[in-house]
Amino acid sequence: MSTHPSPTDITTYGGANLPDTFTDPGHGPHRLRRTDTDPAANKRAERQVVLLFAVSIIGTVLFLVAYVLVPPGDTAASMRTSNLLLGLGLFLGMFGIGAAAVHWAKTLMNDHERTDERHSLTPSEETRQGAVQALQEGLADANVARRGVLKGAMFSALALAPLSVAVPLIGEVGEDWDITKFKHTIWKKGVRLASDPSGRPIRAAEVTLGSAFHVIPANLEDEEHPLDEKAKAIVLMVRMDPRDLKEAEDRRGWSYEGIVAYSKVCTHVGCPVALYEQQTHHLLCPCHQSTFDLADGAKVVFGPANRPLPQLPITVDDEGYLVAQSDFHEPIGPSFWERLT
Amino acid sequence: MTTTIGRGAAATADYLDQRTSVSVAIKGLARKVFPDHWSFLLGEIALYSFVVLLISGVFLTMFYVPSMNEVHYEGPWAAMNGVEMSEAFASTLRLSFEVRGGLLMRQIHHWAALIFMASIVTHMMRVFFTGAFRKPRELNWVLGFTLLILGLLAGFSGYSLPDDVLSGNGLRIADGVVRSIPILGSYISYFIFGGEFPGQDLIPRLFTVHILLVPALILALIGAHLFLVFLHKHTQYPGSGRTNKNVVGYPLWPVYVAKAGGFFFIVFGVIALLGATMTINPVWNYGPFDPSPVSAGAQPDWYMLFLEGALRLMPGQGMEWGIGEFTLSLNVLIPAVIVPGILFTLLAGYPFVEAFVTGDKGEHHVLDRPRNRPFRTAFGMAILTAFTILILAGSNDLIAAHFFLSLNDIIRVFRVLFFVAPVLVFIITKRICLGLQRKDRELVLHGHETGRIVRFAHGEYIEVHKPLDAHERWLRVGYQAERPLEIEPPVDSRGVRRKGYRVDQVRQRLSRVFFEDRVEPVTPSELAAAHSHGAHDTLEAGHSAPVRELEGTATGGGRTLVEPVDGSAPDARNR
Repeated sequence: MSTHPSPTDITTYGGANLPDTFTDPGHGPHRLRRTDTDPAANKRAERQVVLLFAVSIIGTVLFLVAYVLVPPGDTAASMRTSNLLLGLGLFLGMFGIGAAAVHWAKTLMNDHERTDERHSLTPSEETRQGAVQALQEGLADANVARRGVLKGAMFSALALAPLSVAVPLIGEVGEDWDITKFKHTIWKKGVRLASDPSGRPIRAAEVTLGSAFHVIPANLEDEEHPLDEKAKAIVLMVRMDPRDLKEAEDRRGWSYEGIVAYSKVCTHVGCPVALYEQQTHHLLCPCHQSTFDLADGAKVVFGPANRPLPQLPITVDDEGYLVAQSDFHEPIGPSFWERLT
Repeated sequence: MTTTIGRGAAATADYLDQRTSVSVAIKGLARKVFPDHWSFLLGEIALYSFVVLLISGVFLTMFYVPSMNEVHYEGPWAAMNGVEMSEAFASTLRLSFEVRGGLLMRQIHHWAALIFMASIVTHMMRVFFTGAFRKPRELNWVLGFTLLILGLLAGFSGYSLPDDVLSGNGLRIADGVVRSIPILGSYISYFIFGGEFPGQDLIPRLFTVHILLVPALILALIGAHLFLVFLHKHTQYPGSGRTNKNVVGYPLWPVYVAKAGGFFFIVFGVIALLGATMTINPVWNYGPFDPSPVSAGAQPDWYMLFLEGALRLMPGQGMEWGIGEFTLSLNVLIPAVIVPGILFTLLAGYPFVEAFVTGDKGEHHVLDRPRNRPFRTAFGMAILTAFTILILAGSNDLIAAHFFLSLNDIIRVFRVLFFVAPVLVFIITKRICLGLQRKDRELVLHGHETGRIVRFAHGEYIEVHKPLDAHERWLRVGYQAERPLEIEPPVDSRGVRRKGYRVDQVRQRLSRVFFEDRVEPVTPSELAAAHSHGAHDTLEAGHSAPVRELEGTATGGGRTLVEPVDGSAPDARNR
């Protein structure tokens, strides 16, 4: 019971006039490190720092040796080895220096905390008035008071001058600014459906039941900028049992014996909608998971897209090749403000 | 020898000083004090990974060709031989496989970019949760926020430079998003791509944005950010001896020259290790950009996932509206522009909201412990939760594949969680904060458990508690619990309506939301009362009839016995 507090110990906390809050007791005492009290530990820390610097030197040497002796070569394995050795050398070369410096600072440098004073960031009233006065004096020196026309002329000139840079920049930066190009692709009557990426035209007979084809227009390579045109013209074509196909009245005749072709550009934000599930006739966009039902006019069955994929009306030509009847009947791809204008 | 070097150094210093007055700066800055805490390193990581980005980036520009001209690849990577690709992609392959150390530099550059963004975000979390954004640092918060946005831009523009199929699809998504903007969308798309997607100009334009515009802005803003850190002097965590009027820590020279300088090398080293051992963005497996193919499980870099996730979660049905003959596609506009816009605005504007609500005009240099600001901590966690759910939603196909779940179910669950989880997290976090504050009170009032059980003569057992030393106690009581504002009545004594009453009303209402639930710190009189109560029990137990005592306190579980300790003595726990 020796630790039992006596009443006098308690009363030291009491008293009638206690403050509302505690006060800061001030800095705690400094704690010594092993390296401050034990000379052997101090020496050891010094050796460790030296060792870490040595690790860095070895790392840099390793890097240089690997650079000279281990070229990337022609195989994936040799490239990996070269990368690994160079990287490990660089890692050791850098990390050694860092670890040494930090270890040095933590074990050997003076670790007594110091205190700096802070001062309010707001300058004194005197300084502020001085600043205001300086500005006013300058304004008086400039003699602009009651010269409205001068000020107006200056601001007008300053506002207009940047136009000489901005106008040509804005004029040229968007090529011809003809945004109606969004609405058309190079599909037109008689263009053959070709296999992507080979460009080989496809016969209707090749399209077996249940198969899916990635399609581009056969005339794609004739274009000046094939990639720009391909970005709009890509099509996914599948053949399903005509009995599964639900076709709208106004689209009868757009398919050919169960072969339907839809734009592959998602109506959400434009990813290629490339994952076709044969059993359900669903087409899934791998970017944002919009799902379209190709048996039912490619209507959206799930996900963030709002509109069905545009359908490309197709038929066959005299030689049995699949051809487009026309361009798409609506703009392909993501929506934009002027889409229906 | 040493004297020669010494004399040379002195002469150089003298030469410089006569021309630049450099000694003035050195005298003022060399021994400037900075506080020490691991969480202050997060911002340093951001700075150093940016330096690594500059170093590795300069290396890459020596070999990369920002051109969309079509070439046929010939080189050591057999899988791509003869494939038609842009010069940008071909030069990326060349610098990866034929330039010695090129692959390492590319991987270091990409890893450093990911770490740059991650450290910015975590640094921002530290600043937010500790209240380091309060006056006078609100502007530096906004600077930091702008750096976050610029970091996103730098990352996105750089990610697309190799012109591979994955980044090309990312650009196409960006194009789709831009087009959804009402009225201007199509023109902004033309502005970016120089015509239709993908066009001929994009890669050179992105290159200029990525290596000139954005880095120059980032560099300038980092300069301003650090200048303000120097001007304000660094914040410090609360503790005995640390006040709003001082800064306690170690001097810049030599301690932080060694620690912070050394830390740069550590960051560089770790990023090099990542680049050496972990493949990142192997574009040679993806192939050059082609608008047609796309692979499943494609992910953007992590800092873009929240946008991707928002796009994935938004239901599309009924979300495309016609306005006259024009089209407004809300299914893209809301997730890609409006939701991130709201979240980012909340983030950027929070310091100003809090300053408005508290009406606080004072400078704050001592950080808050997150528990002592329950509303702020809970609010920050709620926003983070919303971001996290969007990030997870951006990986929903990978989650579905790895855990054998239905993709559609995951999306439906996330749609609900996006609204519900932040609310739940807000409530739970606030309760945890209040609980921790009560725990602090409990500790201050009753001390630490010592595990020593004492048995009294009359048979009662009691555990001895050890009171907190003054330093630890100060840590737990040295804060002010904000209280809801009280405002002046709408009319003055003569019945005249006063100006600004409406604003005050808003302020008061918000202030109630912020500070209605709070735990006040222990006051000296509460502590004295607690101690005298304990002493009273003991005295009673020692002297009077045990039966009545037992009745009064049941099993005695709530009672504690306090050891007398000199309050000013240090305690190891204070560290």
